[in-house]
Amino acid sequence: MKTTPDPAAAQPMRLAPIVTPDAKFFWDAADRGELVGQRCGACQRFRFPPRPMCPHCHSLEREVVPLSGRGRVYSWIRPVHPQPFGFAEPPIVALIELAEGFRIVSNLVGIAFEDVRAELPVAVEFEATQGGHRVPVFRPVSAS
Amino acid sequence: MTRRLRQAAVAGIGATEFSKNSGRSELQLAAECSKAALDDAGLHPADVDGMITFTLDGSDEINLARCLGVKDLAYTTRIPGGGAAAAATLYQAMAVVEAGLCEVVLIWRAMNERSQYRFGQPHTQAAGFQAGNGTGSLFWCMPFGAQTPASWEALAAQRYMQRYGVTNEDFGRVSVVQRRHAATNPAAWFYRKPITLEEHQSSKWIVAPVLRLLDCCQESDGGVALVVTSLSRARDLKQPPVRIAGACQSIPYNVEVISNYYHADLATMPEAEGTARRLWAQTGLKPADMQCAMIYDAFTPQVFKQLEAFGFCGRGEAREFVKDGHIALGGRLPINTNGGLIGEAYIHGMNNIAEGVRQVRGTSVNPVPDVEHVLVSSGMAAAVLAKDR
Ligand SMILES: [Zn+2]
Repeated sequence: MKTTPDPAAAQPMRLAPIVTPDAKFFWDAADRGELVGQRCGACQRFRFPPRPMCPHCHSLEREVVPLSGRGRVYSWIRPVHPQPFGFAEPPIVALIELAEGFRIVSNLVGIAFEDVRAELPVAVEFEATQGGHRVPVFRPVSAS
Repeated sequence: MTRRLRQAAVAGIGATEFSKNSGRSELQLAAECSKAALDDAGLHPADVDGMITFTLDGSDEINLARCLGVKDLAYTTRIPGGGAAAAATLYQAMAVVEAGLCEVVLIWRAMNERSQYRFGQPHTQAAGFQAGNGTGSLFWCMPFGAQTPASWEALAAQRYMQRYGVTNEDFGRVSVVQRRHAATNPAAWFYRKPITLEEHQSSKWIVAPVLRLLDCCQESDGGVALVVTSLSRARDLKQPPVRIAGACQSIPYNVEVISNYYHADLATMPEAEGTARRLWAQTGLKPADMQCAMIYDAFTPQVFKQLEAFGFCGRGEAREFVKDGHIALGGRLPINTNGGLIGEAYIHGMNNIAEGVRQVRGTSVNPVPDVEHVLVSSGMAAAVLAKDR
């Protein structure tokens, strides 16, 4: 990690995700700026984290479907020490309850830590990582 | 061997010193604490026919068996789930002894977790993931800056704080009590180093608004071992037997270790509630039958949630239970009387189980009067240790 500013500082510092075969569709979509979910091809229920078999009907059919990108803040923290890799300032880490009914870990951007409230409505956007990838983060929006 | 159902007991405990730099290999720590536990029991290493540790333990069972001169192993296994494995080692040992598959089971956990690697520092390498050490923390948290056990724990605990209006100061009372217990325990890293609530509140944030430095367990070097055998054999050995009245595990659907964000209500701890349900049913005992408890305390919020899950108080009532002094020596349910993972050392929960054994034997440096039953819990698993009557 570089600690002094230099011309390369414009390069994204955020660590790239670790991509596993069962979650590749999710990160590939994020690279394209899309938030997608995994839904059972038989019973149509969402599941997260992604997995090859539906726990409800045991179908191996699965669909990758675009999500609304809308959700609400479920819990939030700020890891201060040790300083997380990939961030100039301690980020706000949040659990987002997506409109489709499951939670993901992400960041809140565009809001001060002190101003975050439970159930705050948020919408997805994407931030660059090392290695030319992108990951979903969330910004407060007015309730819809 | 003819199989017959019988009762199991802890016959020996052993430990190395707890430090920040052991100056020797994890295998040596494992061998030293194992030999100490066998000596404590009055058994020879050649008597061992079963060996159990954590999937995360750095010492190979064959190498440890070679150190000790174990003659013929009938059974080995490793328990997944990080620190959740602690009480589960006892559960497995109980099961194989009760089933008549083993006579003498050695449980060990030895780590240079301060001098050789740092559990508390950011985990960012894919190479660090192995199935069975199992959490989604690396895959779903890491790019977002949640890279340490403290941050993974805090993200769920913050929901608990929201629900019940709990503050970091409330959590701090757990640390104050446990550091007081550690202060009179010469084996504790924080021997003679009690803290005040003011000191807790002025320690630096690790993860705001949940965990300050003094809410977190230590990083430690050291080893702890237990020897489990049949109750009848234990009665012929050196120490008074400590009966395993019951032990069990519970991993409910959609629960995972530490990055535990996908079950229905993060203000609760379904794995500990499931373990409690199973344990009380199995033993016929209830919370009021416990004179003290050793509760996995990597971080203070885990103590709150386990007190509630095991029924020592209702959901959301741990704050008042702790504030009213019930978890301190002299209280209704003294906990972690060795100082716990916060005050004594972090040997992945196993040093708390050893303290449970000492409380039943009456040999703790902070003895609780008239102990009949002690709960030892690591959240996803728990056991009741009992006096032999
Ligand atoms: Zn299905």
